[in-house]
Amino acid sequence: MAQGSIIKKELLLIGGSAGSLEAILQLLPAIQNEKGLAIVLVLHRRNSESLLPNLLSEKIAWPVKEAEEKETILAGTVYIAPADYHLLIENDKTISLDYSEKVHYSRPSIDVTFESAAEVYGESLIAILLSGANQDGSVGLKKIKEAGGYVIVQDPTEAVVSYMPQYAIDHVRVDAVLPVAKMPALIHELLP
Amino acid sequence: MKDEEVNILLNDLLEVYGYDFNDYSKASLKRRMQRLFALDKFPSFAEFRYRVRNDEIYLKRFVEEITVNVTEMFRDPAFYKLLRKEVLPLLATYPFIRIWHAGCSTGEEVYSMAILLQEANLLHKSLLYATDLNPDVLEKAKAGIFPLSTMKQYSENYILSGGTHDFSSYYTTRYDYAKFNRDLAQRMVFATHNLVSDGSFNQFQLILCRNVMIYFEKPLQDRVLTLFDQSLEPLGFLALGAKETLRFSDIASHYKQLGKEKIWRKGAS
Repeated sequence: MAQGSIIKKELLLIGGSAGSLEAILQLLPAIQNEKGLAIVLVLHRRNSESLLPNLLSEKIAWPVKEAEEKETILAGTVYIAPADYHLLIENDKTISLDYSEKVHYSRPSIDVTFESAAEVYGESLIAILLSGANQDGSVGLKKIKEAGGYVIVQDPTEAVVSYMPQYAIDHVRVDAVLPVAKMPALIHELLP
Repeated sequence: MKDEEVNILLNDLLEVYGYDFNDYSKASLKRRMQRLFALDKFPSFAEFRYRVRNDEIYLKRFVEEITVNVTEMFRDPAFYKLLRKEVLPLLATYPFIRIWHAGCSTGEEVYSMAILLQEANLLHKSLLYATDLNPDVLEKAKAGIFPLSTMKQYSENYILSGGTHDFSSYYTTRYDYAKFNRDLAQRMVFATHNLVSDGSFNQFQLILCRNVMIYFEKPLQDRVLTLFDQSLEPLGFLALGAKETLRFSDIASHYKQLGKEKIWRKGAS
């Protein structure tokens, strides 16, 4: 039995870089979200791409939007970190945007969001790290583990670019390593 | 670092130095304090705190590091294109143009504006007030010296903003740095100004404050917007960062947004 089943999970974080878009388009529509998990996506992407919210809206029934500063994170809503800003989460579960230095050559950085969410959400957090070509995400996953959250990493043999998930597996005691197709069932099991 | 420790340092800053960061967004402040704590290898929070309270030279570093000083020339080129096409032609009708860059950091946006004004043949009758709470970043802004490694990106931004000159004609290269021409800085005035505690000091036709208010909590955002409203002439322009908005603020009803860029024009009365 999954350890999280007695604790109410509130937030699902998904971090991805190169090769993660396909995984997200496969994963999100397959999640049964009647429990109203809030979802925050942090993806490395090019400046001009603001098509992602539209692309996802067509595939899933729950609201999808680009995260705005000072916005309160609501259950059952998908938030996408805007290009070129870090996304942080305040103690009152509102979103802050931050234009500070890139982390791992990335803004938004997965680590920045994951670390900040770990402090606020603790055990009620699930995080998924997907395909990518850099080290972003591992430090954040470690913080999430320390805070009692549940950590899932995409199976590197399946990932389009294996470096990022493999780096996390090598440095963090992750809870599960899975192909994307098996993640929705696990998430469902984690929700009480 | 714990939330209580962040609050202790914030209280120290106010008590010892009069810097009030209590209305800044905490997540970013905390992250930056933790980063500095690790970067400067303090063995304990107590030693970090002692240094901040007792070492004025270190305090400068501390304030500069916990506030975000990342900026770019011609960031969001579409924004600068709109300034060129819509705003500058209107400013050109004034005998004298006053512009305020609030929270200008190391000055990249001020030099971008000076280039726009020079190309529109307006720089000679303009004054650009550039303010920040950090005196050290203002010194950098005054010098107009930026890393050469950033020039490729800035040049691309400049072209996308509608610039038609050779961008490299605006600076001379020395080692790894680009030093911007002195004639661009001739009409700039640099001064410390803290948006938290200082008031209005002049009337302007254009105020730019981009990616500064995202670090403020809502009540401080409202205070600062009111300060800008008081400092802006009727029919003046207010420019914010790409993710900032006037919407939901007290002053919103007197302002009209220009297209979808973050530029608002104040009403006539």
